[in-house]
Amino acid sequence: MENLSVDFPTRHGTLRAVHEISFEIGEGEVLGVVGESGAGKSLTGAAVIGLVDPPGVVAGGKVKLAGRRIDNLPYEAMRRIRGREIGAVFQDPLTSLNPLYTIGRQLVETIRTHLPLDAAQARARAIELLEEVGISAAARRIDHYPHQFSGGMRQRVVIALAIAASPKLIIADEPTTALDVSIQAQIIQLMKRLCRDHGTAVMLVTHDMGVIAETANRVAVMYAGRIVEIGPVADVIHRPAHPYTVGLMGSIPSIVEERERLTQIEGAMPRLDAVPGGCAYHPRCARAIERCRRERPELEAVGTTRAACWVAKGRSR
Amino acid sequence: MSDALLELTDVARTFDVSPPWLDRALERKPRALLKAVDGVSLAITPGETLGLVGESGCGKSTVARLIVGLHAPTRGTIRFGGVVVAGEGAADAAAQRAARRAMQMIFQDPYASLNPRWRVADIVAEPIRARALDTPSAAIAARVDELLAQVGLAAADSVKYPHQFSGGQRQRISIARALSTHPRFLVCDEPTSALDVSVQAQVLNLMRELQRRLELAYLFISHNLAVVHHIADRVGVMYLGRIVELSSTRRLFADVAGCHPGPGDDGEGANRGRRRGPESARPAVGMRISPALSPCERALPPRSPGADPRR
Amino acid sequence: MSDPGVRAPAVGRVSRRGVGARLVRAWSGDVGWSFRHSPVAIVSAIVLGVCLAAALFAPWIAPTNPFDLKTLNLLDALAPPAWLPGARPGYLLGTDDQGRDVLSAIMFGARISLLVGIASVALALVAGVALGLIAGYAGGKIDALIMRVADVQLSFPAILIALLIDGVARALLPRDAHASVALFVLIFAIGAANWVQYARTVRGGTMVEKNKEYVQAARVIGVSPLGIMRRHLLPNVMGPVLVLATINIATAVITEATLSFLGVGVPPTEPSLGTLIRVGNDFLFSGEWWITIFPGAALVIMVLAINLLGDWLRDALNPRLR
Repeated sequence: MENLSVDFPTRHGTLRAVHEISFEIGEGEVLGVVGESGAGKSLTGAAVIGLVDPPGVVAGGKVKLAGRRIDNLPYEAMRRIRGREIGAVFQDPLTSLNPLYTIGRQLVETIRTHLPLDAAQARARAIELLEEVGISAAARRIDHYPHQFSGGMRQRVVIALAIAASPKLIIADEPTTALDVSIQAQIIQLMKRLCRDHGTAVMLVTHDMGVIAETANRVAVMYAGRIVEIGPVADVIHRPAHPYTVGLMGSIPSIVEERERLTQIEGAMPRLDAVPGGCAYHPRCARAIERCRRERPELEAVGTTRAACWVAKGRSR
Repeated sequence: MSDALLELTDVARTFDVSPPWLDRALERKPRALLKAVDGVSLAITPGETLGLVGESGCGKSTVARLIVGLHAPTRGTIRFGGVVVAGEGAADAAAQRAARRAMQMIFQDPYASLNPRWRVADIVAEPIRARALDTPSAAIAARVDELLAQVGLAAADSVKYPHQFSGGQRQRISIARALSTHPRFLVCDEPTSALDVSVQAQVLNLMRELQRRLELAYLFISHNLAVVHHIADRVGVMYLGRIVELSSTRRLFADVAGCHPGPGDDGEGANRGRRRGPESARPAVGMRISPALSPCERALPPRSPGADPRR
Repeated sequence: MSDPGVRAPAVGRVSRRGVGARLVRAWSGDVGWSFRHSPVAIVSAIVLGVCLAAALFAPWIAPTNPFDLKTLNLLDALAPPAWLPGARPGYLLGTDDQGRDVLSAIMFGARISLLVGIASVALALVAGVALGLIAGYAGGKIDALIMRVADVQLSFPAILIALLIDGVARALLPRDAHASVALFVLIFAIGAANWVQYARTVRGGTMVEKNKEYVQAARVIGVSPLGIMRRHLLPNVMGPVLVLATINIATAVITEATLSFLGVGVPPTEPSLGTLIRVGNDFLFSGEWWITIFPGAALVIMVLAINLLGDWLRDALNPRLR
């Protein structure tokens, strides 16, 4: 992704929700995109797969898949890429599946859309997929309707749909947020296993740092439509460089440590029409200097991660 | 136990979820009763925070609603401040109302828990007006300003509408509303689950500070173990309508660091145990902040999918 | 929903404070913007405003008072409109068979029509909203009872119900008393025929809202069910009701016109537009077309304006309701 921007034209002027963000996902890599509400992470995921809802529009930049540009493709070509090369898992399994069709029918439909298999072969592959995602008695349950499954099972079916055509990349937008805590762990393990076995890359968009910690290789932290820090997951979590990341990690309560008070970042994420000039985080930052108000920092290497900050610890300048 | 502020004794609540009588008659279906809460006993002392955790459907929200009187228990008694407010031997309505004045509730959804058509001043002042009708409006306005300041909002916010505030600010308004009648006990039903992490930190810090300053007791319901570990003094674990474990926070969470697989585990615990080698940096990170790896699983009996033993 | 006065604290009555400020806010908000950018809405509002003004101020601005027998001049009877030959001076739209100025008759008639239309809608609204709130909030047997009554009523056409009530009233009341209360009977009849749609809409909205947490919060605080319905649920379910009401005014006016046309509506001493149309109908084919056409046109224009405004209102409120 190079300099991708997403705009929303409104009555009061055009609002920019995602500002020229760039990052890469390697083959088989899991990139976590983490941020709070309003940071623009879901829009980024939607932009990759070409599903930005109007009036939102991709206003600039390039999205390349395996070297090929995909953001400027016509509708038909994009449709073929969706599913075959890029799969998607969304938050709410209730609405991701059509309640009127059996899951077998939905699976077979997806498989036959992308792979040249006949009905019987597609059905066999569907059963295979269901077993792979951990649904027992798959041959029987393939003819059940979505409402006959529990939430965790439904999400497994959605994952099966996503990997049905063996895509190279999966966009997962809050895949575990709507699930119970213990089911979350199972889904996370499932996704990790599948990625390992199939070599699929994953762009995991979530606000839950715990999920990122368990699943991702690298993580990008987004704030007000920009990436403020990006790097290997252990480094970002244990040795964050950007003050926002520091605050974020500090505000997460811990199961093992006892702390009197959680780190508190004053204020709130700015609304789209009120993003501060210079560094967007500077009004809330305890370490802001004059330069932060005037100039917007770019991502630069700070230790093992890259952070967009003038005062990040370990900064060479 | 006589100094307990809130006491639940063998409280149970059953819901009738039968199909309509016509269906039952025609298709010979039996009555279906759901035992949402099946014999819960607990006590909360003044100034204490009791955490209540469990998966969805375990009955913790029903317990909250039983305590505040939104449901009536089908068995057992609830005693608050020495007065029996629900169940067998309940005091008369006036005494109940008087006792309940010291109890308030905070809800999970900051967007649905405030009436979108009311101004903040009216929302915060509603408990005062509902209980003590003859307070002069000047006194009410002063108290509203005081409450808003206590929760970190400005007095000028009192004329605004809820949709002009963010989720965290709305939750503060909910807290201000709950504090307006000088309660001694707050029931908090997942108050931070719908909030971003940094906003959650603000609200949790605020709640702790208020507890210290105003000597409040909390019943803090959550599915997020890390949050409960941070804020609760004691923790109760609920499963299928019963409390299966109830102890101090420190003791309950003490095994996380030295976790080992237990019966009924689905293999994750085994993985956790095995991985504590050179890769221990990563699982430690996950365990530090991921409530998904819950010690609950060891406390729970193995269950078969699909069967609901509560029916 | 009226305020008891200044003594009681204005719980939830915030809407009353600063009516002017609220109007300014409404004008500059989304609905106001939609209005300003919709030519249909603006034209309809202007037309309706003119009709309302003419009807309201009829006693003062009508050229004559057509129902004051002393001012009628039989010699002016059946005069055509001013631009046709044979017209009499001072009668812009001509006169009817008793020398009544058609224009004045329209203005006074519109008064009656609008009065009956608005009053009957108000009645239906109050009754329907109240019953809908109770049915939605109470649920169970009360809800079932109210909805069954509503279902039974829906199986009868509104006109038939209005006729029925009117007939019963006529039978029960002594002859001379009937004339003076005819208007109220008519308003009651049309209102009683139309309450169901409000009840249904409000019941649906109530059932959705009552499970929301702010209602539970109010219950925890100790607000009585009546208080919850009045102060919490009512403001939140009224949106669709307003749209229904504007469109319903149009149908109520038409219903009243129909009843008057049939002869069972307002008494002939206070003719509405419907009565005028009926009276004029007899002269349609003998050449004095203006006696029925102009009241008919006035009715159509009024109803059309109300309908278009109601349509616009529904669309303007929709994105917010979503």
